[in-house]
Amino acid sequence: MAHIVMRDVQKRFGNVEVIPGASLEIKDNEFVVFVGPSGCGKSTLLRLLAGLEDLTAGAIEIDGERVDHLSPSRRGLAMVFQSYALYPHMTVRENMSYALRVARTPKAEVEAKVREAAEILQLTEYLDRKPKALSGGQRQRVAIGRAIVRDPKVFLFDEPLSNLDAKLRVQMRIEITKLHRRLKATMIYVTHDQIEAMTMADKIVVLNEGRIEQMGAPLDLYNDPDNKFVAGFIGSPAMNFFDGTVTARDDAALTVELSDKTKVVYPCANPGQAGVGDAVTLGVRPENFHFDGGDEPAIKGEVYAVERLGGETYLYLQSTAGHETVVHAVGDHEVAVGDQVAVNFNPARNHLFDPQGRTIR
Amino acid sequence: MQTAKQKNSSLDRVLIQIFLIGNAIIMLYPILMMALSGFKTNAEIFTRPFGMPSSFNLDNFKVIWTQTDVPRYLINSAIVTGFSVLFLLVMGTMAAYALSRYRWRGSIMVSLFFLSGLMLPLRLAIIPLFIQLKAMGLTDNPLGLIAIYTAMSLPATVFILTGFLRSLPAELEDSARIDGASELRIMVQIMTPLISPALVIAGIYNAVPIWNDFFFPLIFIQSPEWKTLAQGLTQFFGEYSINYGVLYAGLTLAALPIVVIFIAQSRRFIAGMTAGAIK
Ligand SMILES: Nc1ncnc2c1ncn2[C@@H]1O[C@H](COP(=O)(O)OP(=O)(O)OP(=O)(O)O)[C@@H](O)[C@H]1O
Ligand SMILES: [Mg+2]
Repeated sequence: MAHIVMRDVQKRFGNVEVIPGASLEIKDNEFVVFVGPSGCGKSTLLRLLAGLEDLTAGAIEIDGERVDHLSPSRRGLAMVFQSYALYPHMTVRENMSYALRVARTPKAEVEAKVREAAEILQLTEYLDRKPKALSGGQRQRVAIGRAIVRDPKVFLFDEPLSNLDAKLRVQMRIEITKLHRRLKATMIYVTHDQIEAMTMADKIVVLNEGRIEQMGAPLDLYNDPDNKFVAGFIGSPAMNFFDGTVTARDDAALTVELSDKTKVVYPCANPGQAGVGDAVTLGVRPENFHFDGGDEPAIKGEVYAVERLGGETYLYLQSTAGHETVVHAVGDHEVAVGDQVAVNFNPARNHLFDPQGRTIR
Repeated sequence: MQTAKQKNSSLDRVLIQIFLIGNAIIMLYPILMMALSGFKTNAEIFTRPFGMPSSFNLDNFKVIWTQTDVPRYLINSAIVTGFSVLFLLVMGTMAAYALSRYRWRGSIMVSLFFLSGLMLPLRLAIIPLFIQLKAMGLTDNPLGLIAIYTAMSLPATVFILTGFLRSLPAELEDSARIDGASELRIMVQIMTPLISPALVIAGIYNAVPIWNDFFFPLIFIQSPEWKTLAQGLTQFFGEYSINYGVLYAGLTLAALPIVVIFIAQSRRFIAGMTAGAIK
């Protein structure tokens, strides 16, 4: 049970404005993922919520109650850190029970809660070990266990899986999703990893320089980004961008001429957002390219790298207009470095951005 | 190629071992001679100064224990050194913690103040110190010695401990805060246990000169019942200058406590000394 509202939250460190103002609402039981480039303020936002940093301005409410003046432990949330932050001189049991012991919980209750959390996380046989004697994945689970034991309303995760190897990361990703379903708690999760963001989130919040660029369901952000930043950030490999100029406009489409003179007719509902002569950017996802497009517009270029994986093929082109272009095609294609190729795309499935970087819809 | 390299490195190892063993012998030999001589009679010391004692009987030690004031001096030294080390560790940890874990106005001034204490020999200020202690009624009183030793050792202690405390990750603190621990509890239960090697280093580093100090007791202590070992031993030297066996036994007893403490804590001491080296 936790409904979180952040109202125009601001944070300044001395003269550096890290969060110029962010407003955000998180529903009960929601799994929210914060993504954004390094240094954009994801951790800071999380720490503000946790109470580890003081707000410069704004308000934070949990279940309708102002919490921004409360100490971290009284906000009813738990945090899992990237470095795990386990207490090295305590055993797993002591680590997991520390918060309860600080709160003077009766011994029997502490023991029961620790046992239950240890069972969920398969840590029972390690309870008497020190963190030093655990593997990375086990330490991660202890860190999560430490959070579970407190029965928090909200779980905060700051890049919890980034120190694990790829295989373990996949495994823990699934564990955390399962945990979310089982505990029915609100979870806020910071990550750099596209796959984690896309697969775990009910809602993704894209941050850039301390500002919220867009929030929404993962596929909504993927299919319908609000602006060029979100379009370039969500999706891997990233969207290709081509510079162009609007050469004609009617009431349902814009005609854009790319710098290599390719003409693209872009259907849209509000063509009025750009005028003839405006410099615009066309965004094409690597997976929207294909080889047999008939009379669809095409990007031509020379292949400078190929990755043939059998089931899929990645091509890296230097386009004739000088753009580095990534193509992700299904199936195997016999292409070699140095080949001249033309890849087609369907204009209706792409995105066009006005000079300010906003999506023209 | 590789075997040549390995051979080379094992030769290096042997040379280093020889050097270290030689060094250990040079360091330990005088101590060993002192301890062995404590078991000899006067005659034995003169006939076979470097030989083994004929028997390991405790006659000399018995003389010290029953006929001299050395036991009292030992107890006095233990009290003075023990409390000094206790106070300097408690106060040093708190000061170092404030300096290393919090940012506050004036923290740089305070740390410079501590640093300046490292450069200032307290002995130069002996006259004002004497006047001050006299005014406070702490002359001829072990409390005065404890106060001086604690103050004198704080700069080095704070210096050693800040280095260690700074190296602890901030996320540990954050984690404990979220777990509901108060600042005092975080210091006592989370952070301080993690710098126990540094506490051992600071403790031993300060305990040895305090235990051996001759200067301050000489000036501040007159009553025989409060004399410390270093001071008391000089008197004992005079009385037993003809009985070297007893003299050596007394010296051995004087050195023993520190040696025992060091051996007991040596693992932590070494862990602390090499803490920077291995990541
Ligand atoms: N205590 C601080 N004092 C001054 N500046 C800070 C402080 N903490 C963070 N910053 C600055 O705030 C900005 C955002 O930092 P933050 O740690 O929130 O980024 P992040 O999005 O979590 O990045 P990453 O993905 O690398 O973890 C950075 O530019 C950082 O330098
Ligand atoms: Mg971060």
